[in-house]
Amino acid sequence: MWAILSILVENKPGILFKVTHLFRSRNFNIDSISVGVTENSEYSKMTITTYADEKQIEQIVKQLDKMIDTIKVERLDEHKTVYRELSIFKIKLSNANDSMEVNKLANAYGGKVHDVRKDSIMVELTATPDQIKAFEELAKPFGILDVARTGVAALQRSGA
Amino acid sequence: MVSDLINKMETMSGAKALMVAMEKEGVKQVFGLPGGANLPMYDEFARCDIRHILARHEQSASHMADGFGRVSRKPGVCFATSGPGATNILTGLATAQADSSPMIAVTGQVPVAMIGRDAFQESDIIGMSNPVVKYAFQPRTAGAVPEAVRKGFFIAESGRPGPVLIDIPKDVQTNKEPMDFPDEFKIRGYHPWADPDIANVERAIEMLLHAEKPIILAGGGTIISSAFAELQSIAETLMLPVVTTFKGKGAFPETHPLSLGPIGMHGHAEANKMMTEADCVLAIGTRFSDRSVGTFEAFEKRLKIIHMDVDPAEIGKNQTAQIAVIGDVKANLRVMVKLLLQRAVKKTDESPWIKHVKETKAYWKENLKIHPGEMGAAKILRKLREVLPKESVITTEVGQHQMWASLFYDVIQPGTFFSSTGLGTMGWGFPAAIGAKVARPDVPVVDIAGDGSFAMTENSLATAVLEDIPVIVFILNNSTLGMVAQWQRTFYDRRMIGVDQKSCPDYVKLAESYGAQGIRAQSMDELDKAIRTALSSDVATVIDIPIDPEEDVLPFVAPGTSLADMVLPS
Repeated sequence: MWAILSILVENKPGILFKVTHLFRSRNFNIDSISVGVTENSEYSKMTITTYADEKQIEQIVKQLDKMIDTIKVERLDEHKTVYRELSIFKIKLSNANDSMEVNKLANAYGGKVHDVRKDSIMVELTATPDQIKAFEELAKPFGILDVARTGVAALQRSGA
Repeated sequence: MVSDLINKMETMSGAKALMVAMEKEGVKQVFGLPGGANLPMYDEFARCDIRHILARHEQSASHMADGFGRVSRKPGVCFATSGPGATNILTGLATAQADSSPMIAVTGQVPVAMIGRDAFQESDIIGMSNPVVKYAFQPRTAGAVPEAVRKGFFIAESGRPGPVLIDIPKDVQTNKEPMDFPDEFKIRGYHPWADPDIANVERAIEMLLHAEKPIILAGGGTIISSAFAELQSIAETLMLPVVTTFKGKGAFPETHPLSLGPIGMHGHAEANKMMTEADCVLAIGTRFSDRSVGTFEAFEKRLKIIHMDVDPAEIGKNQTAQIAVIGDVKANLRVMVKLLLQRAVKKTDESPWIKHVKETKAYWKENLKIHPGEMGAAKILRKLREVLPKESVITTEVGQHQMWASLFYDVIQPGTFFSSTGLGTMGWGFPAAIGAKVARPDVPVVDIAGDGSFAMTENSLATAVLEDIPVIVFILNNSTLGMVAQWQRTFYDRRMIGVDQKSCPDYVKLAESYGAQGIRAQSMDELDKAIRTALSSDVATVIDIPIDPEEDVLPFVAPGTSLADMVLPS
């Protein structure tokens, strides 16, 4: 099962190390991770997505909560949460048509096109991991030269 | 006004501030070893009232602090220098972490500007120790030292206790700054205590009252929170038999009619039998370790579990509880005692279950086969029990002697038995006994040891002799790494590899070479005399007791099997 965890931590050096070390030493897995400072510079927010069974997710949350440097640990319900990941694809252009086709594909997914060259093009796509995966599948036939992804950022909807 | 405040703040070095802050925490002694990077701190011992107890190896120093902490329930403090000094205490930190023991380790570090440059005797002890400490501080300015100490002691001893590392760069030790020693502080992400959970304690009582075969499983948390009186009151009021984990050994007087002793891999036969027959367990301060419960699935099958623990992360980690009571176990047990009193519950009649428990206990008291020789482990440990005053403190090493102690040495006064149960650190018992003796100089302290374990930290004899800390080391000497040998006999077709110690060294001569007393006991008479001599002497004593290297520890629950699969002596 896929879970999104939102972890508010002290904005101090070494905390990311401790959190990732916890996942490693407890035999949990990290699917993606993103970290950024919050509106209050004393805190950072980590968003970690993970695959685990229900019991294990409960353990992950409890072990994270036990950490002295974590202020608040929440498991977000994906149906009540806005969650997005930013990805950048560099895609191969083999013939004159490809450029137009990739542009169409990017538009269909709400992506933005950058750095258009004779033989390659970059697409910036902010979407859910599932949508990014779907885009990736469709881009594959052109040839994906490189990809970079940020990991998920997530916020629960108000009133949810 | 701010300037007034600053004027009131005394200017001093980080090293001096460390000592002042530790004195404020009530620290009377430190176990340690000096080196280049902690010399400024050591220099302060010349100018303060804290006693320095010199160990001969940093690992020994850390176990001394651990032993002190477990017995006094106040953090013991150890000192080590940077680099290898710091890495030598990793085993001590991991041992304390595994057994939730309050401890403060203060290490020297290379100067701030040298960190990360692979300086001489630099080690990233903050990074290395991360999984084996409750928390770690590395103050980067002298002024940050007092707060690190204040918070460190608070974290080490509150909630589920554990070791805290304070790593102090050398220039932070020497720099002078105006010092503020805060009484109040805030740690936003740390909530060590919950209020007693009255509603769930009520539910727990209902469940226990309606169970046919209820039992109490007391873990190490019962001892840490010293909930002895509450535990005994509840057991007697509800007529519940009491088993313990090995770490919980002695949470309940083992001479009490309701006591069945520890369960587990080398649990008492009657304890394992009754644990597997019970239908409801009140589990107090335990993490249900594999060594205690065997396979997790078999244990929780057909058993209703009420789990009390101070650490919410233990709930559901190894066993699924029907009722969870989170918080200090003493506080919650006290609520239970009160509620039982209010409801005027008092079971006096002997239920069929209690009758069965008592019969089972009596049967195994009669019928458990022990080594037939004069110097069998059971007889040796029963002799020790017979001669030692009941308030004596026991520590153990790790191996066969440890499990024999669990089986055959009855703890009469709760909270007088300590062992490295989680990490299983050979060499822990002797330095821990020294720490324990410092905490309780008024009672005899005995390290029940094996020859293999004792060899690992025998250097602490120098500390015991020179610092005048007269503990007793009680070696069941089979000249073998006995537990490994037992597994090789049992699981590896008697291929004995790497276990024979060939009677090297001679522990009597070894003791004497350190200026300690060494006595060899080869008969029950000699043993009786040796224990009495050790008790009346004011120097550390090593009693070396040769035993049969082929003697196994039984009963035995093999790894990966359940308590019901216990192998009994034939």
